[in-house]
Amino acid sequence: MSNDAPLLQVTGLRKHFIMRQGFPTSRTTIIRAVEDVSLTIRPGEAVGLVGESGCGKSTAARAMLRLIEPTAGRVRFKGQDVLTARGDALKTIRRKMQMVFQDPYSSLNPRQTIGSALMEPMRVHHIATGAQARARAAAQLDEVGLPANALDRYPHEFSGGQRQRIGIARALTVEPELIVADEPVSALDVSVQAQVLLLLRELRTRRGLAFLFVSHDLSVVRWFCDRVAVMYLGRIVEEGPVAEVLRAPLHPYANMLREASPEPDPARRGKLPRIIGEIPSAAAPPTGCAFHPRCMGAMQACARVVPPLRPLGGGRAVACHLYDPAVAAAN
Amino acid sequence: MGALARARQNPTTTAGAVITLLIVAAAVLAPFLAPYDPTEQDIMSRLQGPSAEFWLGTDQFGRDILSRLMFGAQISLTVSLGAIACAIVIGGVIGMVSGYVGGRFDLIVMQMMDVLLSFPSLILGLIVVALLGPDLINLVIAIALTAIAPFARIARAPTLVLKERAFVEAGHALGYSHTRILFRHILPNILSELLVMGSLWMATAVRTEASLSFIGLGVKPPTPTWGGMTRDGFENILDAPWLAIFPGVAILLLVLGLNMVGDGLRDATDPKLRHE
Amino acid sequence: MMGFVIRRLLAAIPTLLAVLTLVFIIVRIVPGDPAMVILGDQATPEAAAALRSRLGIDVPIWTQYLRFVGAALTGDFGASMVTSRPILAEVGAVLPHTVDLTLAAMLVGVAVGVPVGIWAALHRNGAIDVAARLLSLIGLSFPVFVSGIFLLLAFALHWRIFPVIGAADLSDIPDRLYKLVLPALTLGLVMAAYITRVTRSAMLASLSEDYIRTARAKGVPWRRVVWVHGLRNASLPIVTVVGLYVGILIGNSVLTEIVFNRPGLGKVIVGALNQRDYTMLQGLMVIYCFLIVVVNLVTDLLYGVLDPRVKT
Repeated sequence: MSNDAPLLQVTGLRKHFIMRQGFPTSRTTIIRAVEDVSLTIRPGEAVGLVGESGCGKSTAARAMLRLIEPTAGRVRFKGQDVLTARGDALKTIRRKMQMVFQDPYSSLNPRQTIGSALMEPMRVHHIATGAQARARAAAQLDEVGLPANALDRYPHEFSGGQRQRIGIARALTVEPELIVADEPVSALDVSVQAQVLLLLRELRTRRGLAFLFVSHDLSVVRWFCDRVAVMYLGRIVEEGPVAEVLRAPLHPYANMLREASPEPDPARRGKLPRIIGEIPSAAAPPTGCAFHPRCMGAMQACARVVPPLRPLGGGRAVACHLYDPAVAAAN
Repeated sequence: MGALARARQNPTTTAGAVITLLIVAAAVLAPFLAPYDPTEQDIMSRLQGPSAEFWLGTDQFGRDILSRLMFGAQISLTVSLGAIACAIVIGGVIGMVSGYVGGRFDLIVMQMMDVLLSFPSLILGLIVVALLGPDLINLVIAIALTAIAPFARIARAPTLVLKERAFVEAGHALGYSHTRILFRHILPNILSELLVMGSLWMATAVRTEASLSFIGLGVKPPTPTWGGMTRDGFENILDAPWLAIFPGVAILLLVLGLNMVGDGLRDATDPKLRHE
Repeated sequence: MMGFVIRRLLAAIPTLLAVLTLVFIIVRIVPGDPAMVILGDQATPEAAAALRSRLGIDVPIWTQYLRFVGAALTGDFGASMVTSRPILAEVGAVLPHTVDLTLAAMLVGVAVGVPVGIWAALHRNGAIDVAARLLSLIGLSFPVFVSGIFLLLAFALHWRIFPVIGAADLSDIPDRLYKLVLPALTLGLVMAAYITRVTRSAMLASLSEDYIRTARAKGVPWRRVVWVHGLRNASLPIVTVVGLYVGILIGNSVLTEIVFNRPGLGKVIVGALNQRDYTMLQGLMVIYCFLIVVVNLVTDLLYGVLDPRVKT
């Protein structure tokens, strides 16, 4: 397989939630949780999706897996259309894209033994049954660093970190090629986070897995990912190789995020800038560039025109009028 | 500590369980333990008071009350157990599917359940039995009908919560069918609530069956039913008050026992009291 | 407030339609052919056909449904198959007896249940509380015909304080009240058991609220805290339960009327059962449903009065 053929290709993904309130004269509100997201993940590549909570990154990730039905857009996995697939075709695609969840306490069925949770996917996808499935499940547990005697135990007997390992093992039972990890370590104790991250990176190298790593933690993304996409209010505002984007962000929002995140270099600590304003609501996003009310470099055009995500070379792209020669010149 | 262990520590629950189990044992062992044939008439010993020969006396046909009570327990328990089992299955599936599907479908289904719930249950049971004809199966149907709506509500509420849990989402991601997610993953998590509610509703079902029999819509004579026996006793209340008292007390004890067990189980499984 | 009332009234219309539909399903569709139910298996085809046309069930099911709903909504509940009298007239003749009984029972239920419930809540886990809980559990386990027979045996046959038969002349008020005592107690005490439970738990919840503790700390007399602040807060769940209880009350009133041989809806319905008066049963069921919808509406409105948050 050529390294350039995309594994997952997302174009123009949108997810709007419609809410009706009041009786008899109801008011309809449309919440634009995801507004035009395009993203490409190549085999074996780890892409980070970062942003503040409420920016739509988790919704976007779920819409790509069709865990929620997107409002519009196209999602292709190895060239196959994910959004129109039904029945067995969808089941086959799903097998190749798995998810690791944020909350290890709710991601396992409390009434199901670990063994059953690991063998059920194998049975559903006709991978293995009976003793063979059990042996595979035990091997799977071993791969994530848990003993085989965990098979007959229930989730409440395990710690958060152990449960997260079990969740990862369950995702691996169906031999996926892409893992969507939604804040996989943010619910864990700091001491456990590193172990789970190490496990994920080890699995990535050993199995050649591609990752979509959804996180609000830039340092984790910097350590784990090859590329990063920064989301703000339903849109990707900047994208590029992780080291470059986080060293020298172009978009004012990406810059703000970087400055606000804990700085590993002690010499530069204490320079946290103040964050101007609050995150606007996705129900009533600002006109033009959604970030303009909080942006210190905002121009007239920013309030009117939505800046498109434009490539700048070097694999980087930014959606900001400051980097648009035409707009900058007109100013 | 498990819910059962907690329930066992409660003296009321224990007492209720003992009462209920004694009645169940009397019903099951009736063919072996009952001193007389419950339908055998004996003109020579009509309307006799309690004695060494007939512990609880005899009725207007000279039939032994104790034996009839023991066999009558079979009817009470069979009808109410059957009805509640049906109500749990039908109501449980309606509530689970409604909550799981959600949206407008859920709205309409639950509106229908509310309508069913607002019916006076005895009147509903009475008319259904009257139209279908009084026999064991129709009694089960009628009483089940009065209990479907509550079980639908009981099943729906936790389903609404569970379907948002990550393990259900994981199921979707793993390609599980909706049926599998509903019955393999959601159902086991709501089953205990349904069963606790079932024990409380058993009490109501026993009472409804007895009431219908008392009105004359029970399983047909000569099969003994507690409600029917109370009715017979009531008609002879001036000559032989015990005829009405003993079956009345039997009904009361069974309903009370079931209520005590149900209460204890509910308290023991109440999430507000649970620390796990 | 007016808007709230109108909204509730409008919301009752679909409920009423749904209730009527359910009655139609139960009465017309569940039993198969009503004519065969009435006449029995041995009926000749001619007799069955004649009855079908008399019942108006020889036309397509949709026509039947529309006729049924239309008639019910215009207040036409049909006529008895046996006496040919309008059902509304039959019901109207005995309704005062049933209304007497039900209202008196509610009075007993609230007058006994609320104070006992509060008392139990104030002595949580004490002897009084344990006794009240046990008694209320026993009370709500009593099938009403059993408690009726027990009361009858004790107070009418053994001590002869009250009459055996509860039928009274409506114009003779003292006699009417006198004969109401035992039936009302029968029906009311079972209800009191429910209300005691709900009041107890509602009061416990209400008394543990912060503002109650604040009121106490500020030196408001305890008696006033309980009766004014605590009870006001606890009144919502109590009203809800009384509203929900009406369905049980209606069923229980049928049994009470049988035990005390009182005229009323219960005797009418049992009479209709015995005579296989199919149209009568159907009409009675519709009337009961109207009653339930009205009670739900009143409960809702009362809720709106008691809880200012519900108004909007």
